[in-house]
Amino acid sequence: MSNSARAEAVLALHRFGMGPRPGSIAAVGSDPRGALIAELDRPLALTAASALPPSAKAYRTVADANARRAARAKQAQQQAKKQQMASAGSGDQAEARPEGQAQGYAQEKDAAEMAAKQAADAIPDPGRPIYLQEAKLRTEAALTADIGFAERLVWFWSNHFCISANKIQSMSGAYEREAVRANALGRFVDLLLAVEGHPAMLFYLDNLESMGANSTAGINRNRGLNENIAREIMELHTLGVRTGYTQDDVISFANVMTGWTLVPPGADPQHGGEFTFNPRLHEPGGQTLLGKRYEQEDVEQGRAVLRDLAAHPATATHVATKLARHFVTDAPPPTLVEQMTKSFRETDGDLKQIAIAMVSSDEAWRAPPAKLKRPSEWVVGMVRATGITQVDPVLYTGGQQLLGEPLWRPSAPKGYPDDEASWIDGVGRRLDVANNFAERISGMADPQAIVEDVFASEIAAEVKQAVGRAESRQQALALLFMSADFQRR
Amino acid sequence: MGVNHLPTRRELLVGSGALFAWSQMPRIARAEGRDPRLLVIVLRGALDGLGAVAPVGDPDWISLRGDRALLLDGKPPALPLDAFFALNPAMPNLHRLYRSGKAAIVHATATPYRERSHFDGQDVLESGLVKPGMTSSGWLNRALLALESGGRVDPRGSRALGIGSVTPLVVRGSAPVMTWVPQRLLPASEDTQSRLLDLYQHTDPKLATVLQARMKLASLSGAPGTGEAMSDDPTLAPPGIARVRAYFADAAGTAARYLAKPDGPRVGAMGFVGWDTHIAEGAASGQLYNLLGALDGAFVAIESNMGEAWKETVVAVVTEFGRTARINGTQGTDHGTGTVAFLIGGGLAGGRVIADWPGLKPAQLFEDRDLKPTTDLRAVLKGLLRDHLRVEETVLAETVFPGSADIKPMGGLVA
Repeated sequence: MSNSARAEAVLALHRFGMGPRPGSIAAVGSDPRGALIAELDRPLALTAASALPPSAKAYRTVADANARRAARAKQAQQQAKKQQMASAGSGDQAEARPEGQAQGYAQEKDAAEMAAKQAADAIPDPGRPIYLQEAKLRTEAALTADIGFAERLVWFWSNHFCISANKIQSMSGAYEREAVRANALGRFVDLLLAVEGHPAMLFYLDNLESMGANSTAGINRNRGLNENIAREIMELHTLGVRTGYTQDDVISFANVMTGWTLVPPGADPQHGGEFTFNPRLHEPGGQTLLGKRYEQEDVEQGRAVLRDLAAHPATATHVATKLARHFVTDAPPPTLVEQMTKSFRETDGDLKQIAIAMVSSDEAWRAPPAKLKRPSEWVVGMVRATGITQVDPVLYTGGQQLLGEPLWRPSAPKGYPDDEASWIDGVGRRLDVANNFAERISGMADPQAIVEDVFASEIAAEVKQAVGRAESRQQALALLFMSADFQRR
Repeated sequence: MGVNHLPTRRELLVGSGALFAWSQMPRIARAEGRDPRLLVIVLRGALDGLGAVAPVGDPDWISLRGDRALLLDGKPPALPLDAFFALNPAMPNLHRLYRSGKAAIVHATATPYRERSHFDGQDVLESGLVKPGMTSSGWLNRALLALESGGRVDPRGSRALGIGSVTPLVVRGSAPVMTWVPQRLLPASEDTQSRLLDLYQHTDPKLATVLQARMKLASLSGAPGTGEAMSDDPTLAPPGIARVRAYFADAAGTAARYLAKPDGPRVGAMGFVGWDTHIAEGAASGQLYNLLGALDGAFVAIESNMGEAWKETVVAVVTEFGRTARINGTQGTDHGTGTVAFLIGGGLAGGRVIADWPGLKPAQLFEDRDLKPTTDLRAVLKGLLRDHLRVEETVLAETVFPGSADIKPMGGLVA
C-alpha cells in the first residue's frame, strides 16, 4: 500500500467510520472509498437485538412497575398515617413538642411520604436495565464494525431525530432500532414517517396530550393543541429554521398531527404502548399548510404532510448541509453540499445514495482533519484502537455522561451539537477519561503497536516521539488518545 | 457464563465493576507462628537514586552534580544515613524508620535490564524474567503459587491484593488476585499534562490553548484548602502535588488496612507514577523532592494503618531503572541504570545502606553515563521472599526469577 493510500485509509476510518482498529487499515485496503460504499450494503440490524423488548413491551413493563409502585406507596403511606395517629393519641409525646402542632403535622406528613417513597423504591425501575442493555448492544456494534460508516449514519440520524431517555428511558434504544436503524439507509420519507409515528417521539414531543379544539375530546375536556411536534418537525427534522414557514403553518400542522398517539398500557395489555391514531383527539376538517390544502381525514392527513415536507427542496438542502457538516468539516464547501443536495433531490431522498455521493466527492476528502470528534466518537475510537469489543454499559454510559454527551439524553430536541466550539472546552475532561482508560488497559495494550498496527504509522512524528518517551504505558496511551491525530478527523 | 469460565483479560477490563475480584488466595504458612506481610511498590518512570540517596562522602559527588548535588549542609540539608550516604530531605519519616532499624536502602542496584525503555524496564522488573516483552505473570504472583504448591498454605485464607484499576504486572498471574480500586482516581499527572501541552504546542495550537487554560484553572483551585499543609514555602509545593500526596497516602494507607486485617490478603502490589524527571528534576526543591515527600507520606500511612501487623511487615519500593549520573541540559536527568531500592517495615533488619559502591569517576560509570549497578535487585527480592515469606531457594531460582541460579538471595534483610 502506498503512503497516500494508507493516509486515505486512515482518514476514511476516522472521518467516515468509527476509527481504526487492529487490522482495519488492511480491510479498507487500497480503495477506501469503495470499502465505505461496500459497507452500506451490509445489513444494519443488531444481531443480538432479538433478546431486547420492542418499544411497546418495554413501555408496558415500565407502566406496570409504575402502577405497582404507586399501589405500594399508597399502602405504605396509609399505614404510616395510621401508626402516627395511634401514637399521637396514646401519649403525651405530641404535646411535648415545643414547636407546636404545625411542626408536628409536617413531621407526620414527611414520615408518611418517606414511607411511601421507600415502599415504591423497593420495586426497581425496569427502564434502566433495558436502557443499559440497549446501550451495550449499540456500542458493541460500533466497536465491531469493520469501518463503522453505516453505524455512524445510524448515530447521525438518531441524533437528528433525537428523543431523550430522560423522558422515556425504556424506549430510547428500541426507538433507535425500530425507527432509525431500520431506515437509515432507506428513503428519507420512510425514515421521517417512522420516527414521527413512533410512540417515543410522540411522547417526547408532547403529542399524546395534544388534541384538536374541535375534536370530541377537545370539546369534552376543554383542552387543545400542543404545537411542539409540529414546530420541531419543520424547524429541526425537515425544512430547517427560517425557511419560510409561518406560525399559522405550525398551528395547522399541529392540528394535522392531533390524534397521533399510543395505546394506553392499562387499556390494552396486548398492544399498550403501540402507535395508534385516535380520531377522538383529531381536529376535524381540512388544513392549509405551506399554501397547500390537506383535506384527508384521519392519519392520512399527517402522512401526506410529512411526505410533502420530505420532498420539499429546503429539506434536501437542510439534510445535505447537516450531513456534510457532521462528516467532513464544520464549514463544508458549498459545492459538496450542492452535490449532496442534488443527489437527495434526484433520488427522492435515497439516504444510501446521498452517503455515496458524499464519499465519492473529492471535496469530502480534501479538507484537512480539523474536525473535533464528538465525545461519543472519540471514546469509541479509543476503545476500538485497543481491540476491545465488549463494554460494561454502566462504565461506558457513565464515561459518556462525564464528557457531556450522555447516550440518548440530549438536553433539547436539537440533539447534540457538532462543531468544534461546542466541545473543545471539554478536552480537559477527555484527559481525565483517557488517563483512567489508559490505566485500565495498560496491562494489555501496547502503545507502540497501536501506532504501528492500528494507525499504520500515519500519525504525527511528534506523537510517535511522545509515545516512545513516555514514562509508562499508561502515560503513552493517554498521550496517544489525547493527540490531535486521535481527536480530530 | 458457566461457573468455571474464567473471563479473559479483555472481558474483565470492561466487563464489570468488580475487576479482578477473583477467588481466594491461599494463606501463607504460619508454621513458624509468623504471619508475614509483603507490599511491593513500583515507582514508574525510573527513580533518580542519586537524587534520593546521595553519596555525600564520594569525592566526585559535588563535581558530578554541581550545585544540584544534595549536601549535608545544603538548603535544605540532606539527612545523614551513615558516613557516606545521606537521604533526600523530603523523607524525614524514612529517616526516622532508618534510624530505628526499620528501614534499609539498597544502592547501585538494578534488574538485569541494561537498555533504556521504560516499558521494557518495567516488564523485566515486574515479570522477573531476564528479557522484556509482554508477559502475563509477575514474580510475586509466581511466588504465591510456589507457596501454595509447597504445602505451606492455608487454603481457607486470604488473597493477594493489587491496588489500582489495573493490577500491576508484578502480582498478575494464575494465583488469584483481588483488586481494590481507589475512589480517588489518580488524576493525569502534572508530567502527563505538560507532555501533552508540549505535544499540542507542536501540533495543535487550539488544543494547547484549552489545555493551558485548564492547567491554570487547576492551579487556582488547587491552591488553598484542598490538601494538608505541606511546606511553608509555597514554591516547594506546586499546585497539583497536594492531589498526588493525597492519592499516594490514600492508596498506600488502604493497602495497609487490608493487609493488616486478620483475614485479609498477605501480599500486595501497587504502582506510583511520575518519576520520569527529564526536565527540572528538582531533587532539593522541585518535582523529585515533592514526589519523594509524597512517598514518605505513604510510608507514614502504611506504618500507622498496619497497626500490630507492622512488626511483621516488609515493604519493598523498586523502580525499573535509574537515571543518568550527570544533570542534563534541562536541569533534569535522562534514563539511566543503577538506582536505589527502599525497604521499610517492622519486620526488617534495617538501619543500613547496602551497597557495593562503584564510584562516580567517569570510568566507573556505566557507559560513562549511569551509576553502575553492582547489586542485582533480584538478589534483594529473593532474599526477602526466602527469609520473609519462606519461598524455597530452588523455586526462586527456577520459577519466580527463572534462570537466576547464580544470583544468590541476599541474607540478613529480615529480622
